[in-house]
Order: sequence, then C-alpha cells, then structure tokens
Amino acid sequence: MKQYLLSVHFVEGAPTPTDEEMQTMFRETDRINDELQAAGAWVFAGGLRSPESATVVRVENGTTTMSDGPFAETKEHIAGFWVIKCADLDQALAWAEKCAAACGPVEVRPFDDLSQA
Amino acid sequence: MDLASIYRAEYGRCVATLARLLGDINLAEEAVQDAFTTAVQKWQTPPPNPGAWIVTTARNRAVDRLRRESTREARYAQALLLHQQDEPQEVGPVKDDQLRLIFTCCHPALAPDARTALTLRLLGGLEVPEIARAYLIQEATVAQRIVRAKKKIRDAGIPYRVPAEHELPDRLPPVLTVLYLMFNEGYASTAGPLIRTDLCAEAIRLARELAALMPDEPEVLGLLALLLLTEARRPARLDPTGELVLLADQDRSLWNRALIAEGHDLVRRCLRRNRPGPYQIQAAISAVHTDGASTDWRQVLALYDQLLALVPTPVVALNRAVAVAEVHGPAVALAALEDLDLPGYHRLPATRAELLARLGREAEARAAYDEAMALATNETERAFLQTRQTELSRTRRPS
Repeated sequence: MKQYLLSVHFVEGAPTPTDEEMQTMFRETDRINDELQAAGAWVFAGGLRSPESATVVRVENGTTTMSDGPFAETKEHIAGFWVIKCADLDQALAWAEKCAAACGPVEVRPFDDLSQA
Repeated sequence: MDLASIYRAEYGRCVATLARLLGDINLAEEAVQDAFTTAVQKWQTPPPNPGAWIVTTARNRAVDRLRRESTREARYAQALLLHQQDEPQEVGPVKDDQLRLIFTCCHPALAPDARTALTLRLLGGLEVPEIARAYLIQEATVAQRIVRAKKKIRDAGIPYRVPAEHELPDRLPPVLTVLYLMFNEGYASTAGPLIRTDLCAEAIRLARELAALMPDEPEVLGLLALLLLTEARRPARLDPTGELVLLADQDRSLWNRALIAEGHDLVRRCLRRNRPGPYQIQAAISAVHTDGASTDWRQVLALYDQLLALVPTPVVALNRAVAVAEVHGPAVALAALEDLDLPGYHRLPATRAELLARLGREAEARAAYDEAMALATNETERAFLQTRQTELSRTRRPS
C-alpha cells in the first residue's frame, strides 16, 4: 500500500461559490469520505481555513521569527486534502476523479514511502 | 544472427519480463544489460532461444546482486524474487509483459514527450543517442526525460498493468500515438538511413499484440491496418540505387500482397463497426492506394475531407492538398497550401515545389526546393529533392 495526498486548491480571485454550491460540495465530500472509509482507503482528510489564517515560523541562526500569512506568495493555496492509502497510482487517480468532480482540480502526490517498507 | 540484432530483437521483451519479475524498471534494465555483457563473453554461437537465456541470466544476476546488497529494501525485493523463482514464465518472454510495459510507459500521468522516449528505450531497445537523433533533440534532454519518467513510475506508483476495459478510452490513445510515432520514425527516419526496418517491425509487432488483446477496439485495428498497408509498399519505396520513388512511380508488383490482403481485411472489419477514427480513416486511404492498378484520388480526397473534419491539423491539410492536386489540379492545391503554417517541416515547401513545377513556375519551384532541402534532415530525402530540382532544369531546356 502506498499513501497519496489528494489536495484541493483555492485560487485567489476565482468566483466564490454560492451557498448552495458550497452545500453540494460538502455533501459530495461527505459521501466520498464515507466511500473511502468503506473501501479501507481512508487515512485522514480535512478542509483548511483561509490562507490569511496561516503563520510561518522560521528559525535562522538560533532566532525564531514568525510571519503572518502563508509560506508562498502565490494566488493558489491548498484549501483541503485527503490522505488515502491504495495499491497504486491508478487507484489513487480513480479516487481523485471523484474528489475533483466534487471540489475542483485535485493534485495527486505520493508520500515518500521509504519509511514504510 | 549477430549479437547486435539479437539485442535489438530481444531487449524490449526481456526488460518487460524482468520489470514484472523485479517490479523495478531500473533494476530490470541493469540486469538485462548485465546479461548481454555476459553473453558477449560466453556465447560462441547464440543459444537456440536467446531471449530466454537472457531472461534467465538477467534474473539470476539480479538475485545475486540483491543478495550482496544489504538494505532492507533490497532484502524485501530479494524475498519476493526467490519466492517467484519457480515461475514457468522464464522459459520465454510473455507477450502480456510487453503490453503491460507499453501501458506503463504511455500512462497519462507521464508527459507525452516522456512516453515516446521511454517506449522507444524500454520496448524498442533504442539507445539514448538514437532517440535524440530520431527526434532532433539533445541527448541530455532525452536522458533526463527517461530518468524523470522512470522515477515518476516508481515514486508515484504507476502500475505495470493493462488497464481495465472501462479505462481504455482514456488510456489507449497515447499508446496508439506512441506506436504510430515509432513506426513513422522507422519509415522515414529523421537522420541516417531513410528506412529503419527494425523500428517498423517492432511497431507492427506491438500493434499486432495490441490488436490481439483488443479485437473490439476499431482504432487499434485501424492503426494496425495503417501500419501494415504502409509497410506493404516499402519494397518499392527506394530504387536499386537507394533513391526515393514517388508513390505514382512505384513498381506495384514489388508490394507485399500478403500484408495488403491483411490490411484490407482489417479495414473492412473497421468499416463494419462504423465507428470511424483518425487511424481507421488513414488506413482506408492506404487501402485505396493499394487497391487495383492505380489510386482512385476522388475517394482519397473524400477520406481526407473526413479526416480533416476529425483532426483539423496543418499536417492533415497538407496531405489533403496532395489529393486536391490530383483531383482539381495543382493551382487549386497550391491555394490550399497558402495559409498553412508548419515551421521547420520540409514537406510543406517540398509539396509546394512539386505543385509549382507542375504549373511550370520553375524559378519559384527551384526556390521552394532549396527551402525544402535546407529543412530536410534525412540524406535520402535531400537527395530526392535535389534530383527533382535537377529534373526541373532538364525539362525546361528545349530538346
């Protein structure tokens, strides 16, 4: 079994979904979560608060600094994710297709699995 | 049979089998290369089944090597290998292994450039410099693409398997494209000898295997038919001095009747399914060319119209213009070329040159031939264009 991160991104400036669209998205996500759990592929999932709520912590030359806002200055920020376990990329892609249909484009990225051999 | 041709013929099959046994493409390649090195030292004459010898030797080498290495990962792999040691497949490479590897190399999660490079390397057995030459790109770029693709296969967990039926509509097109490109490169090589029979044969062999596995996919049959009908005309493509011969001037008695019959039969099977796609239409065009004593250009043009509607690319438009010239004359065809933009592609100025020559506009034709020759990368094609240009002045001189 390999683990994959399925991440959903929030694009700054993109039209905000209506309440109704949000409700559909949540309902669909819940349904996918149930399906993942029933299939034994579920590890963890969650939605994130807005990038403005992020704080970056740095330690340089023994000094800790904190800065308000996300790590990267981009228009795209991770908005939520699933961590799933499955046999191969094709299975991960099949899950990603369902997630993408519910929440928009999904990036599929394998975990470095050296530690779990 | 010499070792070089055995290498060419067996490399892809052996790597495919080893990749299944070892679950790792890099290990598979290294093991197969090791086995060929051993073969150079040991073979007085090649054994009756060189592929099986290479697979067995490669696997034993891989087991030895994994035994020597002591990482946990290696022990893990070794356990797996030893477990499979009595598998019967080692007596001969299994065709399924190659299909599995084709679909792995052509996985949609890989970049299109990487798919072709990887398939040519792993299944066609081409070396990096050969692939670089074939696509006119830097060797370092090819090497990098291959390394990156193999790494992605391993890290992302792209499986070695033939996709399930419902996945085929997504997974098949890149596979067909790769086999088509492989054949094309063999049929009209970018550099070196014009025709590389080994590449053509390899593409046809893989297309046959694909068709045997997917007899209900009309585009698979279409691609196979197209390759067979193109291959059938190969014996007449060069004259005894090695010069290119135009389709119209080819000695049709040299064409391979068996391949034509097989190709026509496949085209008929496609027609019965009535689900036309680009490969099937191109195969139908080839079928018209190889039907009877001369080409029915009206039928060819009608098929090109259909193809252009489906695949509106400048290359298809260029090929269609050749048919237009035969049906409506060179002036109409020349007008059809006017807006085409195919930077760097020698066939556009070459076709324009032919049409201008037919219209008696020699100075312009000469310039277009010069342009085409500057762009052509293959010596045989350049020589052909040179001959056409020389003939231009010969016909111009009053006799």
